Amino acid sequence: MPTIVVDVMPKAELLDPQGKAIAGALGRLGQTQTALANISGVRVGKRFEISIDGAADADVLAAVRVLADSVLSNSVIEDVVGIHVQDAPSSAVA
Amino acid sequence: MRIGVVTFPGSLDDRDAARAIRLAGADAVALWHGDHDLHGVDALVLPGGFSYGDYLRAGAIASLSPIMTEVIDAANQGMPVLGICNGFQMLTEAHLLDGGLIRNDKGRFICRDQGLRIENNTSDWTTGFAANAEIVIPLKNGEGSFIASDETLRALEGEGRVVARYIGGNPNGSLNDIAGVTNARGNVVGLMPHPEHAVEAGFGPDTDDAMASGVDGLTFFTSVIARALVAL
Repeated sequence: MPTIVVDVMPKAELLDPQGKAIAGALGRLGQTQTALANISGVRVGKRFEISIDGAADADVLAAVRVLADSVLSNSVIEDVVGIHVQDAPSSAVA
Repeated sequence: MRIGVVTFPGSLDDRDAARAIRLAGADAVALWHGDHDLHGVDALVLPGGFSYGDYLRAGAIASLSPIMTEVIDAANQGMPVLGICNGFQMLTEAHLLDGGLIRNDKGRFICRDQGLRIENNTSDWTTGFAANAEIVIPLKNGEGSFIASDETLRALEGEGRVVARYIGGNPNGSLNDIAGVTNARGNVVGLMPHPEHAVEAGFGPDTDDAMASGVDGLTFFTSVIARALVAL
């Protein structure tokens, strides 16, 4: 089933307290795992996977683009950073 | 005067808002998010809570509710609308108010009695306050950090549309200590703190006079009632 993926991130200039809290925890792990020591920041966004019955054609994509800008994100606080089509909803990579 | 309070799935403070309206001297009318009917009310309160569990963004899904079509029309025609906390978030999501609200800067839910300065006493909901009145009402939110672009912020400040500003410390990282704003017309007001929890002696914030005796929130509701009487 065609799936349209919309990625949304908090605006870069805004404080992301969630990302900051996670970065703090990773920093503590970095004290014991040297491979993590160079992590300098984390930002947390959202990924929407929209399944489509039928083809994800240009009309559908245009409609989802409008949806992404008007509903899935709030342009005051977030940016849509990517929209792409894949064959199916994501599953774990082997 | 009849003031409607809209209940959404996850609203928490709709009953308190209705009680505040009655204590202020108006009739409270319970409205339902799924209806397309304002039941002929003269003003509206969008109450606090966690509509739709804050899914998507706080207030975002509620702002797409059936009744919001009528709320937005009424607001654009000048009906007084007060959004408290989650209601404020809905008003920004519905583009009735400028700016947005994001997670508190310290990442913590804040619940405390909060000092405010009322810097605009010409909005429909604040005419009863003296100029620059300092009040205390409860504040309780996790996503109350007001943000806006530099341009929007300049407009809000320049046009006197900052209704309330935090005093005695900024609890959540809001730009310019902004606790509440209004639209250009002054009929739509959004407030992060909760006036409906400071309307009855014995249940409000502590004051110098007596424990839990603070009723500073009542003036928001009496203001809109007084204004309606003047309009008659």
